[in-house]
Amino acid sequence: MRLTLKVLVSAFLALLVLCAPIGAGATEAPTPSPGTATEEPPGEANTPPQDGPYIGVTLLNSADDGAPLPGVTLTVQSPEGQAVAEGVTGPEGRVFIPIPERGSYVVSIDPTTLPAGIQFDGSTERTVNALLDGGNFAQFQIGAEERVQTPFAERLVTATLGGIKFGLIVALAALGLNLIFGTTKLTNFSHGELITFGAIATYVANRGLGLPVIYAVVAAVLAGAVFGYLQDKVLWKPLRNKGIGVIAMMIVSIGFGLFLRFIYQYTFGGSRRSLSEYGAQRRDEYLGFINLAPKELGIIVVAAVVLTITCIALMKTRLGKAMRAVADNPALSASSGMRVDGVVRSVWILGTALTALSGALLAINSQVNFLMGFKLLLLVFAAVTLGGLGTIWGALVGSMIIGLLYEVGPLFGVPSSIKEVGALIVLILILLIRPQGILGRRERIG
Amino acid sequence: MDFMQVLTSAFSSALGPQAIVFALAAIGLNIHFGYTGLLNFGQAGFMAVGAYGLAVTVVTLEFPFWLGIAIGLMAPIVLAIVLGVPTLRLRADYLAIATIATAEILRLIFGAVEYKDVFGGTNGLNGYARTFQDFNPYSSGLDLGIVRFRADDLWSMTVGWTLVALGCILVWALMRSPWGRVLRSIREDEDAVRSLGKNVFFYKMQALILGGLFGGIAGIFYALKQASVVPTDYSTQFTFFAYTALLIGGAARVLGPVVGAMIFWFLMSGLGTFFGQATSGADPLIPTWAMTDVQASVVRLILVGLGLMLLMIYRPQGIFGDRKELAIDAR
Repeated sequence: MRLTLKVLVSAFLALLVLCAPIGAGATEAPTPSPGTATEEPPGEANTPPQDGPYIGVTLLNSADDGAPLPGVTLTVQSPEGQAVAEGVTGPEGRVFIPIPERGSYVVSIDPTTLPAGIQFDGSTERTVNALLDGGNFAQFQIGAEERVQTPFAERLVTATLGGIKFGLIVALAALGLNLIFGTTKLTNFSHGELITFGAIATYVANRGLGLPVIYAVVAAVLAGAVFGYLQDKVLWKPLRNKGIGVIAMMIVSIGFGLFLRFIYQYTFGGSRRSLSEYGAQRRDEYLGFINLAPKELGIIVVAAVVLTITCIALMKTRLGKAMRAVADNPALSASSGMRVDGVVRSVWILGTALTALSGALLAINSQVNFLMGFKLLLLVFAAVTLGGLGTIWGALVGSMIIGLLYEVGPLFGVPSSIKEVGALIVLILILLIRPQGILGRRERIG
Repeated sequence: MDFMQVLTSAFSSALGPQAIVFALAAIGLNIHFGYTGLLNFGQAGFMAVGAYGLAVTVVTLEFPFWLGIAIGLMAPIVLAIVLGVPTLRLRADYLAIATIATAEILRLIFGAVEYKDVFGGTNGLNGYARTFQDFNPYSSGLDLGIVRFRADDLWSMTVGWTLVALGCILVWALMRSPWGRVLRSIREDEDAVRSLGKNVFFYKMQALILGGLFGGIAGIFYALKQASVVPTDYSTQFTFFAYTALLIGGAARVLGPVVGAMIFWFLMSGLGTFFGQATSGADPLIPTWAMTDVQASVVRLILVGLGLMLLMIYRPQGIFGDRKELAIDAR
C-alpha cells in the first residue's frame, strides 16, 4: 500500500468521465452549452452538456493532495488525427468536452498550459472509447514527473511485516485444521468456510447487532466454538460412529463446504462488505523503520498472544495431553480409559473457535466476502503440509513461511496479481523433497 | 409457472454439451478414483491444460488447428507425469492437496494479467474453433418440444457423445483386462499388490495419465463447444461438481459417470429454471422476502453441496455402484 502511495506522489491523476446524456445532469446545475465549449473561458465549461455525448476530464495533482489543475488545455482528436474539440479545465480541474458522435477519440493535454514546475515524462495522450450509454468513466494516471522508487530494503520490511501479519492469520486457521486433522485424521475441505464463518459472524455481530468490532470478534469466536460443537454433534460424530472411512469423510467435507459457501452467498450476498470501524487507517512509524496501522498492530498482537496461549495450553494441560494421545493412537487412548469422543469434541470446539478468530481478524484487515475463506483454504493446506500435517508447531512454522512467501514473493519475481502461486509451488516442492513437512515425524506416508 | 419449460431445459441440459463435458471429465475421475483409488481433486487443471494447449497453440502461436489438438492432448499427459512423480508415492490425501493446488496454480497463471499476451488474462482466448465449426453438417437446430438444441449444439453433441461412447468402450475393455484388475487391487490393497511383484507406482502413474487424458479431452471439447477458453471455467468447483456427478452415477462402473453427469445436469438445469421461474414475475410463487431472483440462482448450488454430503453418507455407491466394489479408504 505504501509502495503505491509513493509511486503516485508527484504524479497526475486524470479522471476521465465519459457520459452519454442519460448519465449527465446529476453533478452540476444544468447549463446547456453543447458545441460551444471550445471557445469558453475556464470555469464555464465545467458543467456537463445537456444533450449529445461528451468527454469529461478531471485533472488532479496527486502530488499536492489531489489539488485541481485549472487552466489546462485539452484537445480531443479523432483517431485519424483530426482535431475535433478542445476544452480548458475549470477551477475544479474539470472540463466537459462535447464530441460529435460516439466513437474512439484521443485526448491529449497541452503541456505548455500546465502550471510551472510540472512536467510529464510519460505520454500526454490517452485513447478514449466513448461507446457506451450511461456513466462510462475511466480513471488513469497520465505520466509522472519523477517516480520515487521506494528503496528495496524498505519494501522488504513492509512486505515482511505484511507477511508476518498474514502468516499469523493463516496460522490460527492452520492450527485449527491441524488439531482437527491430528485427532480425527480428517482432511477438512470445509475448513475455508469455517474461516468465512468467523468473518461473517463478526460482520453480523458488528453491523447487525451493533456491537463494537472488538466485542463482535469475541462474539464471533464464541459463535465459532458453538458452531464447532454443533458440527461435531450433528455431522461428524454420527459419521464416526457409522464407521465411515476417512476418504469418504473428506468428500463429505467437500459437500459440507459447498453447502456452507452457498448458504453464505444466499444469505450474505456476493458483495464485499466492511465492518463499521477500523477501515482504512494511516500507518504510524515504530522504531524508525516499522510502519503499521494500529489495526494491523492489533491483529499481530492478538494473533500472536492467542497462538502462544493455545500452544502452551496444548503442551501443558491435561486436555492438550489427551489430544496428543488421541492423535497418536485413538484405540489405545480409549482402552486406557479416556473419553475419546469428548476429546474430539473439544478439538472441534477449539479448532473452529481458532479458525473463527482467524476469519474475524481477516475481516478487520480487509473486508467480508462469502468466498474469502475458500480462497485462503489452499494456503492453509500449504501451511500445514509444509510444517507437517497434524503437528502443532508445524502449523505455526508453515504458516509463517507461507505468509512471508505470499507477501515477499512479488519482490522476487512472483507476479503480484497471483501471489498465491509462489506459496502453492512451495507446497508441491515440499511434497517432493520432504513430504512429512518440516517438523513432521519421519514415518511412512506412502 | 411453466413446467414444460422446466422440463425442456432439464432434458436439454441432460443431453446437451454441458453434460458431455462432465461425463468426459467424470470418466477420467472414475479411472482415478473409482478404479485406482487415486484422489485427484485437480481434474479442472487437466481440463485447463487441454483447453489452453489447443487455444495457445492456435491463437497465440498461430499454428494449425490439428497441431493444437495434438498439443491439447499431450499437455494433460505431461501434467499427469509432473504431478504423479512427487505425489503418487504418498498417502491419498496428499495427492488430493497436491492436485487441487496444481489446478489452482494453473488457473491463476492462465488468468494472470502478467501473462495476458500468452493466455489472454481473465478474458481468455478465442478464435481457434473455426475448423471445428466448419465441419458442422447441421444447418438448422432441433426442436422436439421436450428438447431444444441449436445447430452448433447438435454438432457438439454428435462429436461429444461419440467421444463418450468410445471412452466408455475403452474403459470397459481396459477394466476387464488383467491391467484393470491390477488397478482395482491397488485400490483395495496396495501392499498386497506390491508383494505380488507389481510396480504399484507405474500402474498408478498409467491410471493418472489415462484419467488425466480424459480430463484433457473434456477440456478440449469444452473449449470447442464454447469457442472460447476462460480461466474461471476451470475452478476447483468444477472438479467437485464432476465428483458429485460421478458419485451420483456410481464410481467404478463404466456407465456411472455418464449417467451421473446426465442426472446432475438434469437436476441443475431443472432446479435452476424452476427457482428462476418461481421467483420471477409480478406475483412470484415464492415470496420475495424468502427468496429473490438473485438468491434463486444459488439454491441449486446449495443443493449440490447437500446432495454430495447425503450421497456420500447414505449411498456412496451411487445409483449403479456396488457397495462391495467401493471400499474406499485411506490406510
